[in-house]
Amino acid sequence: MKWFENIDWVQMWEATQETLYMTGIAGLFTFVFGLILGLLLYATNEELLFKNRTAYSVLSFFTNIFRAIPFIILLILLFPVTKIITGSIIGSEAALPALIVGAAPFYARMVELGLREVDKGVIEAAESMGATKLQIILKVLIPEALPAIVSGITVTLVALVGYTAMAGVVGGGGLGNLAYLEGFQRSQNDVTVMATILVLVIVFVIQFIGDILVRSIDKR
Amino acid sequence: MIRLQNLAKVYKTRHGAINAVTDVDLTIERGEIFGIIGYSGAGKSTLIRLLNMLETPTSGSIQIDGVEMTTLKPKELRGVRKNVSMVFQHFNLLWSRTVEENIAFPLELAGYPKAKRAERVAELVQLVGLDGREKNYPSQLSGGQKQRVGIARALASNPDVLLCDEATSALDPKTTDSILDLLVDINQKLGLTIVLITHEMHVIQKICHRVAVMEGGKIVEQGPVLQVFRHPEQPITREFVKQLTTPNENELTFSHLRERYPTGRIVQLTFVGTSAESPILAEVMKDADVLFNIIGGSVSQTQDGAIGTLFVQLIGEADKADHSIAKLRENGVEVEVDER
Ligand SMILES: Nc1ncnc2c1ncn2[C@@H]1O[C@H](COP(=O)(O)OP(=O)(O)O)[C@@H](O)[C@H]1O
Ligand SMILES: [Mg+2]
Repeated sequence: MKWFENIDWVQMWEATQETLYMTGIAGLFTFVFGLILGLLLYATNEELLFKNRTAYSVLSFFTNIFRAIPFIILLILLFPVTKIITGSIIGSEAALPALIVGAAPFYARMVELGLREVDKGVIEAAESMGATKLQIILKVLIPEALPAIVSGITVTLVALVGYTAMAGVVGGGGLGNLAYLEGFQRSQNDVTVMATILVLVIVFVIQFIGDILVRSIDKR
Repeated sequence: MIRLQNLAKVYKTRHGAINAVTDVDLTIERGEIFGIIGYSGAGKSTLIRLLNMLETPTSGSIQIDGVEMTTLKPKELRGVRKNVSMVFQHFNLLWSRTVEENIAFPLELAGYPKAKRAERVAELVQLVGLDGREKNYPSQLSGGQKQRVGIARALASNPDVLLCDEATSALDPKTTDSILDLLVDINQKLGLTIVLITHEMHVIQKICHRVAVMEGGKIVEQGPVLQVFRHPEQPITREFVKQLTTPNENELTFSHLRERYPTGRIVQLTFVGTSAESPILAEVMKDADVLFNIIGGSVSQTQDGAIGTLFVQLIGEADKADHSIAKLRENGVEVEVDER
């Protein structure tokens, strides 16, 4: 058997692009929504900001629910929503809402944890200097928690690459889908292996860049 | 400058109410260094945090510069806080910012233009002696240097009052002294009112003009440092004053010395304030027909002069010794004679 004889490289490249596209776009939205949700979770549970037990409970409840639903089920559940947003349920866009809804709460919890690590004393110091709550968030909390915020998005992106493998269910394509349809169902192991290698490369690159970024901003 | 009346803070916890601060009445004058000393749990931190309303009082009044703090709206309070700065035991610097960025932080909050910020930061770096460290991150600094950044940051907004919550308690003795020197320097140069809390009598002795002793949430004794040192009234105050006497000095009691120095007359001389600095002893010795054998003692410097104790054996004729004793007393030295 010749190595990689069954691989259609054009198809493989297209699948790679789909995976990168889904991970990238979903990652971007996850970053924004997750950061906001994480800040809200933190702020509603923090005496020095906007402590509100009810608000925190509600936010926390929904965060936990969406984090707990298996991604494949989330894809199916969000089918109708997808249709409204994108106008179709075919193509890589179709997977985006589910990817974002699945990943944002996951990331939000990491953001919340990172914010909680920020020294209370530093927040208090800012308060003693007459900082407003908005200033505390923008000038103290986010900069001080930045390493956690960045390493959190790295972990989330890696998880997103994994989620995209299931996007085939809604016609999202991607490397996972290719490995399943062309590799597994047609018993072309070389396709599966190649798809796996590409996924691993993507994951390693994400992790590598994330680690470098964290190292350069972490001055502790 | 600062006026506290009937101030109280009660923490409600699951295990009941904690009276952290009770019935505090205190007046702190403009430009003085006022120390509050007490053991851990006495309520010192709570009291100092009430001064800038980091804690809201349960009852009572806090006036700073004539402004009643307890009734300020949040926005007004933020304004007043720029005038009442705080220095913390654990520095509380932003580790993500360099030294100069940390010092510029309060200026940024206040919306200073960038050029003015840089100018002010350069001044402050100079003032606290951090030249060459501007681009360092806090993690690259020693404890003493971190506290210098903390102090510079606190001074950035040109406050009238500086609150120090155990500002030297995380530092070694030598660094503590250099930070205390810096505080005195600032107090004199800028005419700043400094309120500091500590559990170390050494800190009070070295830089404070007046002191209050706190126990169980209450102020049990207060007054000028020298006076409180000389005549401590409460048992807890005596304990703190004792912190200053060296262990070896505890052997310096009449009953001990009587056996070791069987001849002559043993006297304990206490100098308070300026008299310890002028050469009274030398002058009295020069004219006297009595031998002065100095057995032991100690002298501590305070902001209002020195306070010292000397044990001296006077060897010579009785009336000549009496004469010397009278002369010392004339010059404001307290003399206690061992009658044997
Ligand atoms: N946030 C708080 N909640 C409940 N109790 C507190 C709180 N802060 C301080 N206390 C209690 O108040 C008392 C005084 O504490 P504190 O002012 O920190 O004393 P000090 O600074 O003299 O060591 C202590 O009994 C402490 O346990
Ligand atoms: Mg304390």
